[in-house]
Parts: sequence; C-alpha cells; structure tokens
Amino acid sequence: MSAHAGSEPGATALVRAPARARRVPRRLPTGWKLVREILFYLLVLLAVAISLFPFYWILRTSLETNAEVAQGVGGANGLLPPHLSFDAYSNDFTQQHFLTPLLNSAIVALGATVVTVVVASLAGYALARLPIRGAGAILGFILVAGFFPVLAIVGPLFLLLKELSLLDNIYPLIIIYLVYTLPIATWLLKNFFAQIPKDLEEAALVDGATRLQALRKVVIPVAVPGVFTAGILAFILAWNDFTFAVSFLETPSHFTAPLSIVNFGQSQFQVFYNRVDAAVVIITIPIALLVLFAQRRIVAGLTAGSFR
Amino acid sequence: MSTQARAAGAHIAPPRRRRRGGRSQARSERRLGYALVAPVVILLLAITAYPLLYNLWNSFHSVNLSVANQPHSFVGLDNYTKMFRSSEWVSALERTAAFTVVSVFLETIAALGLALMLNRQFRGRGFLRAAILVPWAVPTVVSATLWKTMFDPRAGFVDYLLGGLHLPGAHTTWLAGVWTSWVTILVADAWKNVPFIAIILLAGLQVIPGEVYEAARMDGATAWQSFLRMTLPLLKPALAVALIFRTLQAFLVFDVIYIMTGGGPGVSTETLSFVNWQTFLVSTDFGYGGAISVMLVIMSLIIAGIYVRVLRPGQAA
Repeated sequence: MSAHAGSEPGATALVRAPARARRVPRRLPTGWKLVREILFYLLVLLAVAISLFPFYWILRTSLETNAEVAQGVGGANGLLPPHLSFDAYSNDFTQQHFLTPLLNSAIVALGATVVTVVVASLAGYALARLPIRGAGAILGFILVAGFFPVLAIVGPLFLLLKELSLLDNIYPLIIIYLVYTLPIATWLLKNFFAQIPKDLEEAALVDGATRLQALRKVVIPVAVPGVFTAGILAFILAWNDFTFAVSFLETPSHFTAPLSIVNFGQSQFQVFYNRVDAAVVIITIPIALLVLFAQRRIVAGLTAGSFR
Repeated sequence: MSTQARAAGAHIAPPRRRRRGGRSQARSERRLGYALVAPVVILLLAITAYPLLYNLWNSFHSVNLSVANQPHSFVGLDNYTKMFRSSEWVSALERTAAFTVVSVFLETIAALGLALMLNRQFRGRGFLRAAILVPWAVPTVVSATLWKTMFDPRAGFVDYLLGGLHLPGAHTTWLAGVWTSWVTILVADAWKNVPFIAIILLAGLQVIPGEVYEAARMDGATAWQSFLRMTLPLLKPALAVALIFRTLQAFLVFDVIYIMTGGGPGVSTETLSFVNWQTFLVSTDFGYGGAISVMLVIMSLIIAGIYVRVLRPGQAA
C-alpha cells in the first residue's frame, strides 16, 4: 500500500480525481448485453433513489402544516404535500429561535476549521519536508488519536470544563473538535506536501530565502488545493458533531444546530415532524452545497487521508 | 515530549547534508521542524492522552458528583469488578458486538457493490458519486432524524410504501419493538456509512491496473472468477483501511442510538458508548464511568490490533 504512495502517478490525485480515458464512441448494445446494461442502470437508479429520496421526503414533510402532519400520510396526502406551507420554517425561526443554534454551529465549525488548517498545514509541511527524528512515531500517534473513543474523552473533559466554569459554553468545542479534524487533516496535508516537487522550494532557498519565507511565498500558493480540501473535510466533521455538544451544553440558546434539532423533537408532547424536518432541511443545505461544489476534492481527500 | 526530542536531537551530529549551510543550518531546520509539529502533538495529547490518564485515575477512585462532599477515596479495582459483574454492561457489550458484526458485514457488502458500479464508466457516474456523498456528509442528527421520519407509522414513507403495496410490516410502530428498532438503527447507520466505505474501496479498485483484467480474460476467466481471484486480493489494502475505520466507528456507536431510540425500548438498544455516556452525564459517576472508558479504549486497541495482524501479512506492497 505505502509503496504506491507518495511516488508516482497519484501526484496530482489530491488536486483532481484521476483522469479518465476519453469516451469512446459507443455502439448500441444488443441482446443479452442490452439486458445487462438495463439492469445496471436500474441498479444505479436504485442507488441514487436510496441516497436522495429520503431528502425529498423530509422536504415534503417540512412543507406540510401541523394539521396535515397530524392527519398522517395517506389518501390525498401522499408523495406530494397537499399544499406548500412554509409555516414550519417560520415557526422554527420565530418560535424556536433556530437562528441562534445555527450561528453557534457556524462559529464553532469555522473556528475549528481555521485552527485545523493552520496547525495541520505547518505540521504537515514539517513532517513531509524537514528532518524530524521520530516522524514515523509522531504520525503513528496522530493516526491513533484519530481512532480514540470519543466517549472516553467526554467524562474527563466534563470535569475539567466544570472546574474551569466553561461548561455550557460553545468556545471550548473549537478545541475539542480538533480530535475529529486534526488527524485526517495532518495526514492529508503531509501527503500533499510530499507530492509537491522539491525543486520549487530549493530554488527559493538557493536564492537566499529562509525556510519560512519559502513556505509562505512558494509552497503555500501551490498547496492551496490541499489546504482547501483539508478545510472542507474539517468543516464537515466539526459541523456534524453531536456527542460533545449534547454532553457539555445545557442552555438552548447555547446549543449547536444538531443538538437543537434533537431538542425540537423531544420537547413537544406530539412530534411535529414538519418543524423537525424543516430544521433538518436547513442544516443539510450548507453540507449539500459543499458536496456539490467540492465533490472531487472531498473524494480525493478521503482517499488520500486513509491510503498512505 | 517534543522538548525531550528536541534536546535529544540538538547534541547528536546532524546527518550528512551536502547542501550549503552545513551543521547549523541542519540544526535550525530540525528545530523549525519540531516547532511546527509541536502544536498538533500538544493539542492531540491534551484532547486524548490527558482524558485517558484522568479516566485511569478516576477509575481507581470513587468520584461521584451526586454524592456531596465526597472525598475521592481510593477504591482499588472496585469500579472494574462492578463493571464486569454488571448485567447492564455485559448485555451492552453483547449488543455492541452484535451490532458491530452485523452492520460492518452488511455495509461492506453493499459498499463493495457500489464501488464496483462506480468503477465502471457510464453516463451519470459523477452524479451517482455526488448523490451517495451527500448522505455521508450530513450530520448524524440529519440521518437519524430523517430515518425516524421515514419509519414513522403516520408521517413516514416506509409505512406508506408497505401499505400501498399491501405488504406485511405496514402499520408497524418500528421504534416500539426491539428488533424493529435495531432495523431502523441499522438502516440509518448504513445509509450514512456505506458511501464512505464505497469511496475507499473505489480508490482501491482504481489502483488495480487494467492489464490484470485483460490477462484474466485472456486466460478464459469468467467475470466472477476474475473478481474472486484478482479483484478481491488486490483490494485487500483498501478493504483493510475501510474495515478498521468502520469497525471502530460501529463499535463506538453513540449518536444514532441516542437520537433514534434513546437506548429504548427499555434498555434494549443501549450500547457500550451509550452506557458510558449515561454513567457520566446521568449518574455523574466518573469513577465507574472512567472504568468503562478505560475498557472502551482497551477494546478499541484490541480490535485495531487484530485487524493489523490479520490483514498485514497479505500486503506485500
């Protein structure tokens, strides 16, 4: 596995997915081949449906009124909602003050992303380029930290945060979320820096630049795609946390968005799925957009982070 | 740790470096290296090693916040014996093990199918890849809540579909039964995690050179034979990575369960992490919780160790 690693063709793998062969003009398949082709596309369709249909269903539910939800699905109330109603959305923002948890989540996730990108870039560069004794052991430790049971962190940090009077405060989460983000980002960036040709930097060094100058002026501009990939993954991982939020936050106005959604569902005597699902739709949107625009980067980042 | 390493590095002669600058240059490069790596190492030690040691200490003491003015007295192995004798912990362990085996097995098979599909070239390939990535990228809260809606007997699609087709299972209150609860958890978990395994396996498939298949076809192998004899063995490294990730994730499963069933009905879907969370945040017993956490870490290490052992000899690469 590691033999494939840094060296050859994968050099640009982080930048874009492996180039595909040019499409050959196809003849229409016939007979048995045609049947197989049709079956294959049916499977593709099934996979797409399983992935995306549930999103349609929560969108549908979120556009129902309370009465329609209470009435249940069936009869006229089928695959399409009877009317489009945005009551659930306006309720989420006016009554449930969903904007606050959204902002909290944005602050925490962006904060963790910024810290991750800076810290992991420096370390990734050093591990790829500078003569560090025990670099292997350090990388091993970072990998193990990425597998550390999250629940084994919750108890002690609860006591520590209580001691520091930092319970029910979103800011410590920025540091705590680094356990999700730093391992994958450091590995990814280390691999990325290792793939950048050394000559670029050496030239700068020969011209009398210091290492840090070379890093800032020559290496970082080339590394932007890798840093960007690390940032996207870090944001997704931090935005998605539930475990730490549910353990350390108490006041609804301090909740992150995921925690707040679970609370919507549980605080009511009857579950208004339209309201819960409206909130689910809202927090899915930024992630869905990220995936649409950065699909290739995400795929490349996931595989690079785990392969080398 | 890094200061020690730095001290050790400083007085050992730097390796031959023929480029200009010589010794002091090499030394300052090394120093810069440690300075740049230090933040990651310190931060990760603070978030993992520190809690681990704290848990270890707590696990030998009686630390319960619900007992007022409690002296944190040394209790030896009491917390551990309590754990091993607790039927709550033992059955949570059994459930967690069963969930891990079943979910990882089913998810890996589904993911392999998906990866083989994505490895072909066809119109709409990029679309399929984007479509499966969305479930992976959304928060667990979304996947869990979404499948809770889907399985709800009144608001859900599952009931609508089963009822419409006159199939058995319509009008089931899925989250009221033990087995049906596990089904909903498995579905939500698989929906979110299969794409991740598929992407890793796809990367593994793309590394396999096309000539391998050519050669197999020339030798008259059927598609199935070449899959079993060629693809699977060559896929082993990717499979190993995916399996280690997913097995540990499944073994530590917490949030899907918290959100979908809250451990119920009764305690029938409580996993080890769930029990650990309750011990910390509901019973506020940090001594006993510490013991559960320490055990969780040990078992995770064992699982990772087994995988590394079993899967390593094969990878000659």
